[in-house]
Amino acid sequence: MSLHVVPLRVYIIVFLSLMLGTALTVAAAFVDLGWMNNLVAMAIAATKATIVILFFMHVRYSSRLISLVVVGSFFWLALLIVLSLSDYITRGFLGVPGR
Amino acid sequence: MSADTHHENAAPLAHHFESYEQQRESASLGMWLFLGQEIMFFGGLFMVYILYRWMYPHAFAEASNMLNVQLGTFNTAVLIGSSLTMALAVRASQTGQSRKIVLFLILTMILGTTFLGVKAFEYHHKWEEHLIPGSSFAFEGKDPAHSQMFFFLYFAMTGLHALHMIVGLGLLAWLCFPAWKGRFSAENHNYVEGVGLYWHFVDIVWIFLFPLLYLIGRKGA
Amino acid sequence: MSALPTDPVAPQPKKNYLNAEYGVFSWLLTRDHKRIAILYLFSVSIFFMLGGLMAVLIRMELATPAGDLVEPDIYNRLFTMHGVLMIFFFLIPAIPAVLGNFLIPIMIGAKDLAFPKINLLSWYLYVAGGLFTLWALIHGGVDTGWTFYAPLSTTYSNTWVLPVGIGIFINGFSSILTGLNFIVTIHRMRAPGMTWFRMPLFVWSHYATSLIQVLGTPVLAITVLLLAAERIFHVGIFDPKLGGDPVLFQHLFWFYSHPAVYIMILPAMGVVSELIAAFSRKKVFGYHFVAFASVAIAVLGFLVWAHHMFVAGISVYAATVFSILSMLVAVPSAVKVFNWTATLYKGSVSWETPMLYAIGFIGLFTIGGLTGVMLATLGIDIHVHDTYFIVAHFHYIMVGGAIMGYLGGLHYWWPKITGKMYPVFLSKLSALVIFIGFNVTFAPQFVLGYLGMPRRYHAYPEEFQVLNVMSSAGATILGVGYLMPLLYFVWAMRYGKDAPANPWGAVGLEWQIPSPPPTENFHEIPVVTHDAYEYEKPSLKEAPVVG
Repeated sequence: MSLHVVPLRVYIIVFLSLMLGTALTVAAAFVDLGWMNNLVAMAIAATKATIVILFFMHVRYSSRLISLVVVGSFFWLALLIVLSLSDYITRGFLGVPGR
Repeated sequence: MSADTHHENAAPLAHHFESYEQQRESASLGMWLFLGQEIMFFGGLFMVYILYRWMYPHAFAEASNMLNVQLGTFNTAVLIGSSLTMALAVRASQTGQSRKIVLFLILTMILGTTFLGVKAFEYHHKWEEHLIPGSSFAFEGKDPAHSQMFFFLYFAMTGLHALHMIVGLGLLAWLCFPAWKGRFSAENHNYVEGVGLYWHFVDIVWIFLFPLLYLIGRKGA
Repeated sequence: MSALPTDPVAPQPKKNYLNAEYGVFSWLLTRDHKRIAILYLFSVSIFFMLGGLMAVLIRMELATPAGDLVEPDIYNRLFTMHGVLMIFFFLIPAIPAVLGNFLIPIMIGAKDLAFPKINLLSWYLYVAGGLFTLWALIHGGVDTGWTFYAPLSTTYSNTWVLPVGIGIFINGFSSILTGLNFIVTIHRMRAPGMTWFRMPLFVWSHYATSLIQVLGTPVLAITVLLLAAERIFHVGIFDPKLGGDPVLFQHLFWFYSHPAVYIMILPAMGVVSELIAAFSRKKVFGYHFVAFASVAIAVLGFLVWAHHMFVAGISVYAATVFSILSMLVAVPSAVKVFNWTATLYKGSVSWETPMLYAIGFIGLFTIGGLTGVMLATLGIDIHVHDTYFIVAHFHYIMVGGAIMGYLGGLHYWWPKITGKMYPVFLSKLSALVIFIGFNVTFAPQFVLGYLGMPRRYHAYPEEFQVLNVMSSAGATILGVGYLMPLLYFVWAMRYGKDAPANPWGAVGLEWQIPSPPPTENFHEIPVVTHDAYEYEKPSLKEAPVVG
């Protein structure tokens, strides 16, 4: 939490960027980019989330502890997803039934 | 501590804190930790989604095409707008401008309600099309069982999100009262900032839900 | 008015947190972290006794090879409710919500936790969760095992899965909010001069525990919701016939439930650090290592969950990775055991009751932990998974470790919390009875498991009877051992000698304030100028830090 009052200009720019990002992601969905479709969609979503976090949620103007909490939480979710998928993706590698 | 923004009926310093700064820093860290656990809470559903989309990509794509992209895009824009008005409400509370706080809180509530209204319309439409998972589910696609999995995730994820929005609307309404009475100032606007953080979080969840639910399998359409 | 620590029998201060206000509502609507700790003390004790009752019935059934005491279905409900009550309603909350709540603000020089009202809410959530679970218990309980695996829990069980699930869900938020409260308190409310590395290790342990509670419990919450959705709507999230995977339930469940065991043991380790220091009259050897080891346990503890799933059908590669990580997580625990041992070396050791529990903890936790490394080994686990070896392993850690830590902490801080001393001989006797009873109960179970007796079975082959009878006999002794503190603690409330501010001559902010403490803890926030366990400077024990 900060006493720093963010200039109105910054909020407007963020808002317009979010709208632009939304338009982009919808447009990109209708173009066949193969496997890149997923990547583009998630990259746009991640960028939008980042600017909401940095500016609307004031993390840009807050302590490093807060940044650590934010990054740490997403990282922890990534641990759940990556380690669980490590099971599913490697099933059947050995060619032994049930393994 | 600036005296000019201190109102007579401003919220007092709680007895166990030594300073407004300590109170403010604690409230901020507390709300962020709460959001951290919310990330893990929603994250569990994202895990289920990621697994089953990886296992059944075509069924998911087919099912996703049944969702209305225009409505989804409109709702995304509405929610982003509500994030802006919420940020402006917090900004007004940082300088103790009571009327502005209430104005922006009300605008946020209007936009939030609009979002929920559209979602209700979408849900009703899905019910009419027999796409609610369970005994009445009927889908003409190539892989109805796995498409049902998509619809379960659609309702579970957007439903949980909507539940959070309803709580958020309640919090916004509740905030209007102390805001109107001039309780918020530069030293103590923790509740507004806290609700703001919560609202932005709910927006971020939707920022991810929208492409994952509405925009798969649309290429070449 | 504070009693000087040098007074052998200090007069009871007029106003303390216990007599500051009277009336039921002054307790039920309190914001005082010390009163909330007492509320928890009562509630966790009730659940401990209920869970213990289930255990008594289980051991009675297992005294004979035939399933002749209860129907198999009832036996399933007994071990399930034993697990649910003990894990969710006793082991997870006990030390943090009773001792942590009471001590953390005092140990860091604060007047209360960061969010006193949320602290009270945590207790109410705990009670609400408990009531749902009790309701289910009265109506027949659940038979799925505390692990609620699909498809039994989602499809085939005819028992009260949903109410218990709701109870666990609500209780989960109690845990999350307590963890959140502790983290903010420790970050933001330390007194001037109380740097991170001057805090007692008890606080470090609870900080690490709180990280687990905040990051892990929400995943359990969503898993319970998914279980409920599957049970109600049968959409196939975990049903292979509809495209789901039952192992996904296990991944989600154990992502929380493994770190949960560290929620149960880390606070006990924090207690042990305090006890070893106080009763060796020495600072904890390798303070920084112990502090970092606590955080390391919390972090690494999240990376090992699939070791519960080695035979569930996960891939061999994933199993190997989780096996290696599981061996890694033993390292910081071992670091702590070595550091406690080094603390004892050349210390001035006294055998007060809390120390008996601390020493017992070190031995029994080490045995439990080493058998854990055995279980991390894929080859061994395939042989002993779902046998009594596992049951013995976790009871050595949870009962021989966590509960001994809890009892040690209760005996150490009881004078501070209640202002009364308990009978010394009886307390040492019950520590001994508990230690003996515990080992007679659970040591035979290692052998039983290795010989092949499966867990969760109400009947077994004749050749296992001798060891089972030993185990049941031990359980009787253990039960007596647990009843004794219940009796003499209650007796002490009425007839015990008044306790001075510092009955053990220990170092720490909690020993500088009266027993029992005043509501606001400190009349003036102290300024801290020394490290946590400065036993080498005797003048610090006598000179009060606070005015």
